[in-house]
Amino acid sequence: MDATDRRIMHATQAGLPLTPEPYQTLAGQLNLSTAEVMRRLMAMQDSGIIRRIGAVPNHYKLGYRFNGMTVWDVPDGQIDELGRQVGQLPFVSHCYHRPRHLPEWPYNLFAMVHGKTQAEADRQIRQIADVLGNQCHGNEVLYSTKILKKTGFRSR
Amino acid sequence: MLTDLQKRLLNDFQRDFPLSPTPYRDIAEQLGVTETEVITALAELNAQQFISRIGAVIPPNHIGASTLVAMAIPAAQLQTVADKISAFPEINHNYEREHRLNLWFVAVAANAAQLQQVIENIEQQTGFPALQLPLVDDFFIDLGFKLDLQHA
Repeated sequence: MDATDRRIMHATQAGLPLTPEPYQTLAGQLNLSTAEVMRRLMAMQDSGIIRRIGAVPNHYKLGYRFNGMTVWDVPDGQIDELGRQVGQLPFVSHCYHRPRHLPEWPYNLFAMVHGKTQAEADRQIRQIADVLGNQCHGNEVLYSTKILKKTGFRSR
Repeated sequence: MLTDLQKRLLNDFQRDFPLSPTPYRDIAEQLGVTETEVITALAELNAQQFISRIGAVIPPNHIGASTLVAMAIPAAQLQTVADKISAFPEINHNYEREHRLNLWFVAVAANAAQLQQVIENIEQQTGFPALQLPLVDDFFIDLGFKLDLQHA
């Protein structure tokens, strides 16, 4: 990723212009050719720098009011396999391995779930618990009560 | 109330948005509507904040250095501390959560040294320790999120 790629990424963070030829609009803003903007976006997508290009839904506004960060304590030796399985569940929007900070933070597996009701979120959490089975040595769910800031580079 | 077109735009175009000179016209052709209808529907979704944007989604840690941070802040001070932290341009996704660790945010900087400087500044300005939980591994294969829009 070079400086030009970075400029393109910054320019698209606010959203692709809603003009008939949005890449041309972007290219004009960046003083690049349309072909170069498209070629670079394609290359970044192929190399995985960009995960996907598309509509980024606002879960909360679409009725998903129960957004829980579920955190789990699983054996480090099993986390790659367990994380892969949890990451494949259709309702999980993010699934990460993060370090523990003992004693205050024993959890190493993070999975975000989104439910329209508390009951739906509870069902999702039970499904994750089922996948982890007796490899899970503890878990918690942290619901967001307030969005205080949501800007900048977004990974979802 | 979402229209059928808006629902399809929300669910079918979270990925593989066309990288062609006229992506909205391509989508319109796929859906059997006009380019103007697609652009109008997306503008409406944008205006009503049903989508946060149409754009590129980047996996964490691909640009600079970043970490998830958790802090335990007394309830009475939470808003003041959160405002101080949100004022840092390096901070995004700042959430209050129901837990002893009740403030969670993501810090992003150009490199690891700058990231640590930001965390130090936050600890100094707020007077509370910051627990850093940087990404070790990402297990998610992001194919978008299947939305239930039956009653939307």
